[in-house]
Amino acid sequence: MTITEIVAPEPSGDENEVAAATPEFERAAKRAASRRGFLIALPAYFYLVLFFAIPLVIVMVYSFATRNRFGGTDLSGWNLDAYRKLSEPLVRDILFRSLWLALITTVICLIIAYPFSYYLATRTPTIRNVMLVFVMIPFWTNFLVRNYAWRVLLGTNGPVSKATDFVGLGDTRILFTPTAVVIGLVYGFLPFMILPLYASLERIDLGLVEASRDLYANGFQTFRRILLPLSMPGVIAGSILVFIPSLGAYVTPEILGGAKTTLLGSYIVTQFLTARNWPVGASLSFTLTVVMLFATILYFRKGGRTL
Amino acid sequence: MVERYESINSESTGMSGDTAKPRGTTKWLLSTNAILVYVFFYAPIILLLIFSFSDNRNVGTWGGFTLDWYREFAANEPIQDSIWISVKVALVSTGVSVVLGTMAALALERFRFRGDRVFDGLLYLPIIIPDVTMAVMMLLFFSQFLDLIDSVLGIQITKGFTTIAISHIAFSISFVSIVVRARLAGMDERLEEAALDLYATRWKTFRHITLPQIAPGVAGGALLALTLSLDDVVITQFVSGPGATTLPVYVFGLIRRGVTPLINSVSVLMLAASVLLVILSLLAQRTTGSKGPPADADTDDEPSRVGI
Repeated sequence: MTITEIVAPEPSGDENEVAAATPEFERAAKRAASRRGFLIALPAYFYLVLFFAIPLVIVMVYSFATRNRFGGTDLSGWNLDAYRKLSEPLVRDILFRSLWLALITTVICLIIAYPFSYYLATRTPTIRNVMLVFVMIPFWTNFLVRNYAWRVLLGTNGPVSKATDFVGLGDTRILFTPTAVVIGLVYGFLPFMILPLYASLERIDLGLVEASRDLYANGFQTFRRILLPLSMPGVIAGSILVFIPSLGAYVTPEILGGAKTTLLGSYIVTQFLTARNWPVGASLSFTLTVVMLFATILYFRKGGRTL
Repeated sequence: MVERYESINSESTGMSGDTAKPRGTTKWLLSTNAILVYVFFYAPIILLLIFSFSDNRNVGTWGGFTLDWYREFAANEPIQDSIWISVKVALVSTGVSVVLGTMAALALERFRFRGDRVFDGLLYLPIIIPDVTMAVMMLLFFSQFLDLIDSVLGIQITKGFTTIAISHIAFSISFVSIVVRARLAGMDERLEEAALDLYATRWKTFRHITLPQIAPGVAGGALLALTLSLDDVVITQFVSGPGATTLPVYVFGLIRRGVTPLINSVSVLMLAASVLLVILSLLAQRTTGSKGPPADADTDDEPSRVGI
């Protein structure tokens, strides 16, 4: 790989010998480098195969298994029963509800984050850095605590219900509704939208916006024809980064949602911890993983680089 | 990361003419939106902080100043135990995943070897996979193999610290390696070659050339691993045993049973801990980051966390 490795075994003798030996040296050096790379990768490789790849295969095996009468799982006699269960109305409703809430969350994040990121991108460097740090802080703070904060805010007699009461909307009950879940998800994942959007908007040459305005395009036309197409990688990256965790969300719906807003994540957990129907839980987890995988591949196809 | 923005900013400000800046109604709308975003981000956190000092059993209602809930926290033994487990798990999983993740990054960025594509893909998977699936994976894995390990190796592993740490390392390696790889990609490879040419051993080259250069990346990866470990609820819940669980899982259980002022005080302390971590990392980057190359490498730093 490196020059030294090729040169290292000092070739002695006349020119012809060197010429004959060089390809051999090169191959030997390549083999050595390949071996070295493999050895350096080995500990992590081994760890991930043992504690990630094998568990993933086990989930797949379980998804084809059958639940026996005692709540255990029979691993013999593979079948597709657990997957058939995915088309039952109950599970289908949960699937659609999860997809729908994840979609709404993504759209709301996009609507809030786009103007915010543009504002950020047009500030002076000093202000920009300060503003960014204050976006990063909630981004790094404990996710559970941030969801819990909304539980306190939205609770009975909490600040939000007092505020709506004061304004005259009456005592609105948001907690344990899909609205509360969406608020929690937007709150949790908004930074995931802001950062890639900002990254792509900031790279745009603002001279283009200027030129478009000079040529009598109005604000909307400039946005539609110049900014939006140029910032599309950021839009797609942000959307996927919000959509994926929203779809698999567990903590937020458990804390802010009610009995009627069971989402995919909670349903899977229930299958394992209380209903003890492991095959169905496994098949749902596996399906979810495949969906995420496709979304990610799509993301990379569209030119996303970072995850 | 702050440095990076500065370097790019100084280029782009030259281009931004006055007409590009929003004016009039648009400007007003944009700045109002920005203010609202910050209110949205910080109001819940600040209100939670205020209510943690409220002398009222009903959370979210002000009832005069008190420190009772913090006293209750200090006297609560299960919480103290879970904090201890959390810290142990976080330190062990960060330590192991930083070493393994950095090695994985070096191998993939600097060498071609048989199976490197498969390894690359395997390394990305834990980032893409949803928490719930990962939790299910670890649960099924341990339910299958704990007995096997006991009968073959004679090591008895009960669900608790060991299983939690194993699972946390499994997802942290990938995040560390992505951050370190980004840093490695921005580093000048010729420096390593020069060191080798000057008869430095492989280890010396790594120790004195590569490691100082990628240090900010390694530190960033460590912070990420630490945060992920301290943040995780779902996976830990599946692999922890009775009486042996981490703080977030314990608090999550409390919340599900009903909100109490005690949770407010615990939450505020968890919040304080994460803010402290961020501030420390920003300070660390201020000192180490300025020495590193101003490469594009850092571009990947923050969005990488985003993939969780």
